Amino acid sequence: MTPLGRPAVRLLGVTKTYGAVPAVDAVDLDVLDGELVTVIGPSGCGKSTVLRLIAGLERPDTGAIVLAGHEVAGPAGFVPPERRRVGLVFQDHALFPHLTVARNVAFGLDRLERGRRDARVREVLGLVRLGDLAGRYPHELSGGEQQRVALARALAPEPTVVLLDEPFSSLDETLRAQVRAELVGVLRETGTTAVLVTHDQTEALSVGDRVVVMRAGRVEQTGTPQEVFERPASRFVASFMGDADFLPAHVHPERGGALLTCEIGIVSTLPGWGGTDADVEVVLRPHEVALTAGADHATAGAGVVTDVEYHGAFVLHTVRLTSGRTLRSWQPHAVRHPVGAPVTASVVPGLTPTLLRGDRAVTSPADVAGPADGDAAPRGRSTLRS
Amino acid sequence: MRRTTLLGTALSLCAAVAASGCSVFDPPADIQVYSARHYDVEDAFKEFEEQTGKSVEFIFDEDAALLERIKAEGDDSPADVYMTVDAGNLWNAADQGVLEAIDSPALDDAVPAEYRDPENRWFGLAVRARTVLYNPNAVDPAEFDAEDTYGGLADPKWSGRLCMRDSQEAYTQSLVASLIALHGEEGARDIVQGWLDNDVQIMSNDILLIEAVDAGTCDVAIVNHYYVARELDEKPDLNVKLFWASQEGEGTHVNISGAGVVATSDNKADAQELIEWLATDGQHDFIGGNHEYPVNPSVEPDELVASFGEFTPMTLDAQAYGENNAAAVALLADLGYDG
Amino acid sequence: MTELATTTPSRAVRRVPGRGRTPWSVAVVVVALLVAAPVLAVLVDVTRGSAPAWPRDLDRMVVTTLLLMLGVGVGTLVVGAGLAWLVTAYRFVGRDTMVWLLVLPLAMPAYILGFVFLSTFDEAGPVQGAVRAVLGDGAGLSVRSLPGCVVVMSLTLYPYVYLLARAAFVEQGPRTRDAARTLGAGRARTFFRVLLPLARPSLAAGLALVMMEVLTDFATVQYFGVRTVSVGVYSVWRGTYDFGSAVQLASLVLLFALAVLAGERMMRGRARFTQPGRGAPSDAVTLAGWRGGLALAACLLTLAAGFFVPVGRLAGWGVQRFASDGTASIDARFGEYLVNSVVVASLAAVVCCSLAVLIGHAVKLGGGRVVRGFAGLTTFGYAVPGAVVGIGTLLFFAAVDDLVEALGVPGGTGLLVTGSVAGILYAYAVRFLGPAYQAVDASFAKVSPSMTQSALALGAPPRRVLTRVHLPLVRPGIAVALVLVAVDAVKELPVVLLLRPFGFTTVSVWVYQLAAENFWSLAALPALLIVLLALVPVVLLFRQVRAVDEGARRGS
Repeated sequence: MTPLGRPAVRLLGVTKTYGAVPAVDAVDLDVLDGELVTVIGPSGCGKSTVLRLIAGLERPDTGAIVLAGHEVAGPAGFVPPERRRVGLVFQDHALFPHLTVARNVAFGLDRLERGRRDARVREVLGLVRLGDLAGRYPHELSGGEQQRVALARALAPEPTVVLLDEPFSSLDETLRAQVRAELVGVLRETGTTAVLVTHDQTEALSVGDRVVVMRAGRVEQTGTPQEVFERPASRFVASFMGDADFLPAHVHPERGGALLTCEIGIVSTLPGWGGTDADVEVVLRPHEVALTAGADHATAGAGVVTDVEYHGAFVLHTVRLTSGRTLRSWQPHAVRHPVGAPVTASVVPGLTPTLLRGDRAVTSPADVAGPADGDAAPRGRSTLRS
Repeated sequence: MRRTTLLGTALSLCAAVAASGCSVFDPPADIQVYSARHYDVEDAFKEFEEQTGKSVEFIFDEDAALLERIKAEGDDSPADVYMTVDAGNLWNAADQGVLEAIDSPALDDAVPAEYRDPENRWFGLAVRARTVLYNPNAVDPAEFDAEDTYGGLADPKWSGRLCMRDSQEAYTQSLVASLIALHGEEGARDIVQGWLDNDVQIMSNDILLIEAVDAGTCDVAIVNHYYVARELDEKPDLNVKLFWASQEGEGTHVNISGAGVVATSDNKADAQELIEWLATDGQHDFIGGNHEYPVNPSVEPDELVASFGEFTPMTLDAQAYGENNAAAVALLADLGYDG
Repeated sequence: MTELATTTPSRAVRRVPGRGRTPWSVAVVVVALLVAAPVLAVLVDVTRGSAPAWPRDLDRMVVTTLLLMLGVGVGTLVVGAGLAWLVTAYRFVGRDTMVWLLVLPLAMPAYILGFVFLSTFDEAGPVQGAVRAVLGDGAGLSVRSLPGCVVVMSLTLYPYVYLLARAAFVEQGPRTRDAARTLGAGRARTFFRVLLPLARPSLAAGLALVMMEVLTDFATVQYFGVRTVSVGVYSVWRGTYDFGSAVQLASLVLLFALAVLAGERMMRGRARFTQPGRGAPSDAVTLAGWRGGLALAACLLTLAAGFFVPVGRLAGWGVQRFASDGTASIDARFGEYLVNSVVVASLAAVVCCSLAVLIGHAVKLGGGRVVRGFAGLTTFGYAVPGAVVGIGTLLFFAAVDDLVEALGVPGGTGLLVTGSVAGILYAYAVRFLGPAYQAVDASFAKVSPSMTQSALALGAPPRRVLTRVHLPLVRPGIAVALVLVAVDAVKELPVVLLLRPFGFTTVSVWVYQLAAENFWSLAALPALLIVLLALVPVVLLFRQVRAVDEGARRGS
């Protein structure tokens, strides 16, 4: 991870309740200077509220928010959005329809004298490569261009942080990837601190320096994209941040360590788990499951292909195991097992598996001491932070 | 830029208001009249000013609204004289304590007793009659019941031939109130029911009634005499004739315009002088071209009205008009008078 | 387990501290209280009296009122929205003139219309007379009925819907329309399935205004013998001298208004009506030949019934009078009345629109249910009969006067109200903030919250958001509001009659004085002048609308 500076944005135990429903529940979050953090979660998880709290569009019930070292919400008082120096980019772009592109961008620069203002407008429009459209009105621009103007407008006053609320979801599929790449490029180029809210897993993983996964007003996990994808902190994160199947598994004591096995055979060794003997679940993502043609009911992993989805470079196979459980497996496009074909599933070698006990991930033998208590497992307040 | 223009507009408008007729800045007139009557009073007041040197200004609104304004203004009210177009309203204002009793031999002489308050809180100034108008092509005046003409219109022979004013109109209410005083509530109810059984056509304006009789869409209507006079003045060949109702009985229904001195007035002497003048020297000026009957028996009505001939008026009992008015409204509503 | 405690939602619901701005929210509350004050003053005053004596046919009045509202609601919606669409989506000969001519029936004072209509169309009138002359004597048709009233009120009140609907159609993003068209929807289907529903907030606002007019109208319904609750109010007041009962009956009218406003909110629904992109209806289709003629005929027919015929009849009377004795009741003083009317109407329009924008802006800034509730409260004055507002104003200022006097100021405020036009302006603000706010709010509804929030986040304090973002965006609504208030104020009667100082006469007072005594030939020309006067804001409005259209077109 690249070395990062002091936190530009800091949320300390922030709670926001609408009526009786906590939209944001005791959330802690640090966004470091120059960092691009993505916040993801299912709809209604509070991710947009986090953004609105940072922007000052909502006032937290409890907790504090600190921007660039200054408390903007908390016991000391509340700073309204216009004095927070935050940039906002909305899904609907929210460009002022009665102003030209240049005047939209200049809107936040009214404290600059004219010459410097014009220069800054040219500069940021150049940044988003829209210099030649400065005189146009918003309705004369394409969706992607409008989004770039919205970013330029947000960047122009050099805000502490730019907040982007699902900025790409109003764009069509083909445009989205391109605009995203451009926008992220500009953010990185200018070293802008940014928080981007999205419901798109691919977007969250590919764009963010760090990813914050939220659920029901709480932070389920914060980490680098690799961390949240490869070492999910919970069953929710595991299944929300990509396809995942869950199989019951067992940790066997082995010479000098422990061995993890499940219905499709040995998963991996577990160094450091020596002497542990416990029931767990293992998270298996489709790319971690290998398939071989033919099956012998006596061997582990025997099953039948029930569905084949062709995705171009890869083909997603769904396999029903002898136990009735299903697993998914990515296969290169040349490999196609027809529906109904007997196959044997196994775990690809070299895997560092994610183990679950109840709904939480377990990372050490200490976590599995005692009986598994599926339902009573701590669903509640997450204290996991990277 | 835009804001300054807006502000400028607003400011200049304010200045314009201040300049245009905001009488706060003018010295108030000697006498201030709250009048429900508008017709020609202005000329009468000017004449009064010329003769006495006392200036008069007035505002015009409906009786009921002016009364509420006087009450709401309380002690601050500038009103010296309250002038209405209906006896019931005069009685009501007096009943509510808004009018002051005045002692005036001149008014005692000028205004017959039935046209003023027994306690001298108000005085009638002009009399109007509400009587029957017919189309001579369709009606022989002998058809009317000379003893009780209003009640007689309940007779089935008038079926489909009648037009009258709506129940919302004070003229109608006052007429029915007087019928209640004459015949009791049951009797009045039978009469109104009879009109309705005759499919009386309701209209919302006396002029419309006169036009309808002229056009022959109605044979008979009940109207104020002065509207007929006024219409005839403009269109002498109107095919309508006036019939004085109930001349062999209680007489024709009449009502008055009148005035009283406001209790909170700070200039009661001048107010009284104005009313006295209106009831005497000012009678012609007050009635002007409105074709009403002067309340003062020593003053002659105008020529056109005189051509309608003499008639016997029904006794005007303002208290009965006032008190029965509510009953009349309820009765008309009960019978679904307006359909 | 501690976790359980946190997952169970707390029973004690905490009031969400609004994220609105205290000064702006407070301003809304103050305005709302000032608007409510006269009505409250009246209610307080009458509750001191005895139990109300309600008219015996109250149940029939309620039914009549509902029927009238339904009829006029449907009528104005069809005529108003239909014509707005016709002149927005199509181009035909005379369209540009029709666009603003169609607003004119608004300029006709109700107390003139009723008489003119009946004298023209009823049995004894010239129209049926002509029919009889051609077809021979037959049964006459009495126009003086509920259906007659519905037709007349629809033909004269439709401009409320028309104005707001047209503003909505003009503001509608062309992209929405294009999207609908590219999805294969025909022109008609696009209108009924996409554009009309999108214009719902504006249609609802227009309809709400129509309903309020219907509720408080007294003059027209009285002429048609339609006994609504408002007629009942006057009937009780004048007929039984019982002001207390009359006001309590008027509060029933307020209940109706409450239902209307609730209905309006429902009609707006939960949908958000903000849409990206604005622009002129650039794809207006040209109707040539007989189809253009048909479109023009539709406009002219509506105008003929609601405007040309009454104007023609008035003009006829005026000319007749002038020919007979050379007087037209327009003398030197009439100029003064005219100035008074213009000044008061302009001031009222500016005051009401400023307040409406202030309220709309405060609501946009947030503040939640409380501020929105108070904002809604400000529209109620429109549903209170003018005379009640007038008396409430008197009572309210009398109470203030007593208070000031009690505080030791000798003489108190004196005759602050009836001594100047301040009282009239105050009562007009109470009465006409409703239409102003409806019009402005319908425009505000189309400003997305993200627009406001972006402006704030860009460092603009609320005042700058108002001047640089909200004001320019709601300009069409403001223009409509100015016209509505100005026209309403020019022809307004009960308030100005009741609250004017001595010597202060407006054109409408003058006309009424003549009309009240049935001097129609004398009232004719001044009445036409009211119509002319109302033309001014209407023309100004459409010049502005055209400028907006062109502004939007310029870049493309």
